[in-house]
Parts: sequence; structure tokens; C-alpha cells
Amino acid sequence: MSSTKVGLSRDDLVMRGGVVLLAALLLVIVGLPLWALLAKGFEDRDGKFVGLANYISYFSTPALFNSALNSLHVAAVSTVIVVPLSFLYAYALTRTVLPVRWLFQGIALIPIFAPSLLPGLALIYLFGTQGFLKALLGGGSIYGFDGIVIAQVFYCFPHATLILVTALATADARLYEAADVLGASKLRVFFTVTLPGAKYGLISAALVVFTLVITDFGIAKVIGGNFNVLATDVYKQVIGQQNFSMGAVVGMVLLAPAALAFVVDRLVQRKQVALLTARAVPLVPKPKPGRDFVFTLFCTLVSIGILAILGMAIWGSLIKYWPYNLSLTLDNYDFAKFDANGWDSYWNSVEMAVGAALFGTALMFTGAWLTEKTRDFHIVRGVVQLLAFLPMAVPGLVLGLGYIFFFNAPGNPLGFLYATMGILVVNTVAHFYTVGHLTATTALKQIDPEFESVSASLKVPIWRTFTRVTTPICLPSILDIAIYLFVNAMTTVSSVIFLYSPDTKLASVAAVNIEEAGTTAAAAALCVVIVLTSAAVKVAHLLADRFLLDRLQAWRRR
Amino acid sequence: MTYLEVRSLSKRYGDFTALGDITLDIAEGEFVCFLGPSGCGKTTLLRAIAGLDPQSSGTIHQKGRDVSALPPAKRDFGIVFQSYALFPNLTVADNVGYGLVSRREKKAAIAARVVELLAMVGLPDAGPKYPAQLSGGQQQRVALARALATSPGLLLLDEPLSALDARVRLRLRHEIKALQRRLGVTTIMVTHDQEEALTMADRIVVMNHGAIEQVGAPQEIYRHPASAFVADFVGSMNFLQGTLMAPDKIQVAGVDFACPGQEGLALGQKVNLCIRPEDVRVRDLPQGIANRLTVEVTELDFVGAFCRATLKAALQGPSAADVAMTADFSSNLIRDLGVERGTRLDVALPPDRLRVFAA
Repeated sequence: MSSTKVGLSRDDLVMRGGVVLLAALLLVIVGLPLWALLAKGFEDRDGKFVGLANYISYFSTPALFNSALNSLHVAAVSTVIVVPLSFLYAYALTRTVLPVRWLFQGIALIPIFAPSLLPGLALIYLFGTQGFLKALLGGGSIYGFDGIVIAQVFYCFPHATLILVTALATADARLYEAADVLGASKLRVFFTVTLPGAKYGLISAALVVFTLVITDFGIAKVIGGNFNVLATDVYKQVIGQQNFSMGAVVGMVLLAPAALAFVVDRLVQRKQVALLTARAVPLVPKPKPGRDFVFTLFCTLVSIGILAILGMAIWGSLIKYWPYNLSLTLDNYDFAKFDANGWDSYWNSVEMAVGAALFGTALMFTGAWLTEKTRDFHIVRGVVQLLAFLPMAVPGLVLGLGYIFFFNAPGNPLGFLYATMGILVVNTVAHFYTVGHLTATTALKQIDPEFESVSASLKVPIWRTFTRVTTPICLPSILDIAIYLFVNAMTTVSSVIFLYSPDTKLASVAAVNIEEAGTTAAAAALCVVIVLTSAAVKVAHLLADRFLLDRLQAWRRR
Repeated sequence: MTYLEVRSLSKRYGDFTALGDITLDIAEGEFVCFLGPSGCGKTTLLRAIAGLDPQSSGTIHQKGRDVSALPPAKRDFGIVFQSYALFPNLTVADNVGYGLVSRREKKAAIAARVVELLAMVGLPDAGPKYPAQLSGGQQQRVALARALATSPGLLLLDEPLSALDARVRLRLRHEIKALQRRLGVTTIMVTHDQEEALTMADRIVVMNHGAIEQVGAPQEIYRHPASAFVADFVGSMNFLQGTLMAPDKIQVAGVDFACPGQEGLALGQKVNLCIRPEDVRVRDLPQGIANRLTVEVTELDFVGAFCRATLKAALQGPSAADVAMTADFSSNLIRDLGVERGTRLDVALPPDRLRVFAA
């Protein structure tokens, strides 16, 4: 097919240069570390190529292989519990009339602001060897399968609920009116209208929970006891036995289900067509005392559960000597007594989170803009898209391990980054790249696609329109990305646990170390500080969104 | 003088031909409308002229300069979109001055030009407002002022009025046309609204399936449509199926109709005999008038200023059949003749108003 080659304007050249740079950067922070990990699995301890030997030894060692089965088991059971629970909760939030709905919504989000080991610690206080509700277990132990599942339910609940609220919120009231007029029973309406409408949300929620559980490290570490899962195995192989090759193999095994879930989710989402057309009438629930009472009761119980776990961690962190001396103290917050870094690890976390939020947001938004707005140049843009989506499918532990192999390899000119704050920031940005990229892309797709055409016709450079128009319009989404990065950087344990140095130890990692040393109270205290920080930032964000943006962006008002 | 020369322009997406071999000349200062149903390629052609979606093959010369391979930023045009594409976070004045700022002109000069432009589009006080505070019609005028700010040689309007309600649309038609005439800027407007094209354009380019069906002045397009498609798409048209018996005689359901002499159509060929509803004659039919028939009024739709009647003619030729057509009757006529549903009356199809197309 003959085609007119259109010359490149200065805009085109700058944009293409930017896309190439972005592709190179993503290759370095995502592609090559994963490649290094993949290669490592085929080497022995001395770096000689041994083919599949490591994989054969992995699958023929029952102790290792069992962990994979354990992981699948825990993930499956947690998913089966979380998804219906979240569905009912989301249903209550979107389809019934709750008193203090905002409060129920807020409480459901709390676990997002906590490192995953927090529910583990709380369960130890409640049901551990010296837990004050231990009698309820009737001789059983919270350490192991049961403990992991309960903690995972807490940890995954907000993620599933957020997805299902979105799925249930987009309903067309006319469908319900039509069903009503046709005389369908409430149950039939539920099964023919409500459930099909939320189908993709349910699938997505199940896959997200499954992946979160499989890849989470903090909970299994704290409350797993002798119950081994893939995530703890990677840690043991690498940190405990310094067997990097086997660590890489376990990492690859861990990658498989996460990547599979991701691919399935993308395929399913592709099938979803817009249920809500522009002409749809949004569904506003009408009060219905009986139903509303039942759902209020349900939400109250779930909220009490969430608050109890958080409250237990807070209370535990304030107690002098569990369970013998229950008087309150702030001693456990004097972290220097428990860890050489003291409060420094907290400030490291804040520094890292701020760095990731600033650097990451700028990169993700500019990157999404470049990929979205560059004309033609399909191949390189495709590469960027692929690399931007990859992190979603990669567990943090696996990415962290890849970073060791890649950045610590002799001769890597980027080796200077190793064991610095820089590598923690870069790793965190890479780990959470996909969601930021998607948020930015969605925001960019919502603004008029002709802005760039208008700029070109007016001979205004495209980057001027980017700074003067596109960025201000997308400011709310940009803030969302920054907050998302900050909160995740504060709470993440998995990807950074391999990458810190004594000077750059993070609060979440310090909590793992302190807990390992046996001081549950101080570990809980550190988790509480993290929760308070990320929640405070989120609240500040909400307030800023409500009051500051409104004032700064008067143009949004009609 | 020819301002824009489009030569053998094609645009293909895989196997799909969006534009096939388009050749078109546009004179300086002319107002041209690309008219056609959705998917006919009119917007594709506009975007190719702007360089936004470059053609697959063919050339475009603007004022003698070959712009075929130039990116949009290096071509000379202003553009207004259906969505207006106003920058919502900038004031109206900043929107209008957007293209002026990057030319490094003095602030005062820019401000003066913006005032001038806003006055020109009839919004002298809108400067400090934001687009969201304006009505749709006002936003469209701001978009027009912004496109004209840099005094482009070519103004492109992509369905500029279709997002507006009917009343505003009518007013803006006149304003845009008057402004264009005053500035003398060569203008291309894409529209699917035939009335809009007929009232605004100096010349209309009727398009269908990626090809040009006819180019001509509005009167010409309406009076002498070059194809059955144009006849049907522009205005209303009755299609009566028949056979060409002689160069000036067509048989419909066994009855002969006189028509203008046809060349290029074979005798015995199936043809469509076409007449516009307003050309069906009812009053003062002289004795022996050609193409006279007796019809029954089967439907009478009140459309306001006139009524559109559906007529059924029981043709009594060898192959008797009912022939239906519509005709526009004025309110006076309906009152004078007492026309209602079921009325029988005589009408004539004046031969000079008939058009014939191969079926």
C-alpha cells in the first residue's frame, strides 16, 4: 500500500524522542530486572548455566513444592470469603439507604493504609499464644492457615469492595423500572439485572484478591508459623540461605499465577462493553426500612471487625507488657530501643514515599501523555504500553529480586544505585507503575482529543498545550496518582525487603525485623505510625480536593 | 484563482477505502460545503486537507505550495470542531489569544486583537469568562474567533453547528456566512445537514462512499441533481419506477409520461422518473396538459407552513398498478380545494420538472 510519508514537525520529533526515552527507562526499571531474574533461574550458585536443573530440583523437593500448593489453597479460600463479603458490603453502599454511609465507606478503606503485617499482629494479640481470646480457638493455633486467611480477608477487603462499588454504581435505573413494570420478582431482578451487571466486577475482584493473597509477604511472614507459602519461601531462599538461583525459581513460580490472573482479567475486561450509555438514568436507591436495617446491621458488623483489628493493633502498641502488665505507655514508640535505626526508618519511609510520589507521578503522567498523543510511531508506543502493563502482573517480591540480580550485577553502570534511597524509589515507582499509567491514560482519554489539532493549527508547540491546558485539566487525577503512590510506598514490604541498606531501611521493613526479633508491641507501634501517616495524607487529599481545587479551578464551575 | 488543488486523493484503512481518487479545486475566498451522509468520507477529506489524518496517496496544493507531506503545524489553516475544543481552564480571552501568544507579539497588541476578534463574533464582554459559563452558541463563536485569530488563509469547519439547538443553529448560519463574506477567507465546512449546505455554501461538494457525486452551486445541485443519490439526499424526491420507451418517453405501470430528452440511456432500460413534491402541479391545469393523472389523497401530514400529501394514482394502463408519491400542498390550496384524506383530484407532472436516472 503506497502511503504519503508526512514530514515530522518539531512537535513530532520531541514527542517521539520522549517516547523512545520512556521505553528505554521502562526497559531498565521493569524489563531488564525481570529478564535478569528469569536468567538467574537457569544458573547455579556460581553463575554457570545449568538449564532446567533448578526447576527440576524445585519440583522434586516436596517441602518447596508444597508451598506452592499452600499458596493456591490460601488464595482460593480467601477469595471465596472476601468476594461475597465485599459484594454485600458494596451492594449496601450503592443500592440501599444507609445511615452515615460515608462512615461505612471510610471504614472499609482503612486496611489500604496499613502494611499487610498489621492484621497479622492484631491476630497474634487476639488469638496468639498469649492472646486474650485464645480460649475461643479451643486448643487450635492461629499460626498457620487460619490466621493467614483471616488476616488476608482484612487486607484484601477494601480492594475487592472498591472494584465492586464501581461495578454496582454504574446501573441504569430504567432497567430496574422495566423489570418492575414487567412484574419480575425481587429475586429474579437480582439474578437477571443486578448480578449480570456486576459480572465483570466480580471476576475482576476475585482475580485481584487471588493475586494479592498469593503475592503478599507480610501476613504469611508474621502469622504463617510453619505453614510455608511461596512468598515466604522466596524470602527464606534469598535472605536465609542466600540461594539466589532457587529464590529466582520460586519467584518465577510465584509469577505464574499472578501473571495468569492478570491475563485472564484483561481478556475478560476486553469483553465488557459500556453498560452505561450517556442516556442512562443513574439508579438512586429509595429507602426501604426492612432491607436497609438488615444491610446497616451487616455493615456495622463488618466495620466492627475492621475497627477491632485496627484497634487491637493500636491498643497492643500502647500496652506495657502483654499480657501481664496492661497499663498504657508510649515506650513502644521509642523505636531506638528495638531497632538500631530508631525513628530513622520512619523518616526514610516518608522520604521514599514523597520521592516516589513526585518522581513517579511526573513520569507516569508525562509518559501516558506521550504514549497517548504521539502521532503514528506505533511500534515504540506498543513497547511502552506493554512495559507499562507488565508491573501489574509481577509480584513485588519478584520485582525486588530482579532488581538485586540486575542492579547488583558486576559491570552494570547503574550499579551505583544499589543500596541507595534511589533504588527504593525507582523500584516502588516501577512496582506501582500500571495503576498510575492507567489512571493518567483514562484522564487523558476523557479530554477533547482535538486540543492538539487546535494547537497545531495555531502553531503553538504541543508541550505548551501540555503544560498550560492538559496538565491543569488533569490535576485531580494527577493528585490521585500521587496519593496512590505515597500510600503504597508507605505500606509496601514485599518489593523493598531485598533492596534496603542499613541507612535506608524503611518503616515497614523495620516492623518485619522487629517482629522477627519478638517485639510484637513495637512492630505494632510502627504499623500504627504508618497507618496514621498514610491515612492523614489521604484525608488531607480529600480536603484539598474539596476546598482547594474548587478555589484554584474556578473554571470547573458553571 | 485556484486556492486549493486536491489531486487524486485517496485514503485507505486496510481494505477499506475511505476516500477514492478525489480531485477538487477550490477558489480563493470561496465557501465550500462537503455534504453527505455519515461515513461518506467528508470529514476524512477535511482532515486530510488539514494534515491531521494524512492521505494514502494523492497531492494537495495550497496557494501553489505543495502541502501534501507537511504536518498540520506547517500548514496554513484555522479549524473549528463540532466539540468546539475550547480549553476549559483558560478564559475566553486566553483561548482567543492562544495562537497569538506563541508568536511573541506584544501583550498590548495581543489584547487589542483579542478585543477586536471578540467584537467581531459579537461577544465583546465575554473575555474574562470561562467557556463553561457560556452557552453552546457562544462557545462556538469563541472557537471561531480563536481559529481566525492568526488570520489563516483557510478556515476549516467540521460540523460546527450540529451540537447546537435548532434556533441557535439558524442564527449562527447567517453570522458565519456574513463573517466569511466580510473577511473573504476561503472556507470549507463539513456538514450532513443539506439545508445548512444549501443556505451557506457558494458551492456544494456532495459525497457518498468516499467519492464525489456532484460539485455545484446550491441551486444547481437542487434543480439538476447529477445522480439518483444526490436527488434523494438533497431535498425530497419521488422515485417512480419505469422503462425508457423513447428518448423523451417513459412508461410507468403501462402509462406513458413525457420527459425531457434523455441521452446516454438505452431504450428499454429500467429508469427512475423523479419529481420533487413541490413540483407536483394541482391548480389551473389547462386542457391537454402533459402527464396528467387522477389521484387519491391517502395521507395528509400537517408540517406547519404546508401539508405533505401522499397521493395514490390508480394507473389504468395494460399492467395496472398503484403508484404512490408525495406532493406539497400549501395551506391556501388545501382550503380552496377542500382537500382532505380520501379526496380525489387531478394533478400534473410538468415534464420540465422531471428528472430521469438509470434504475
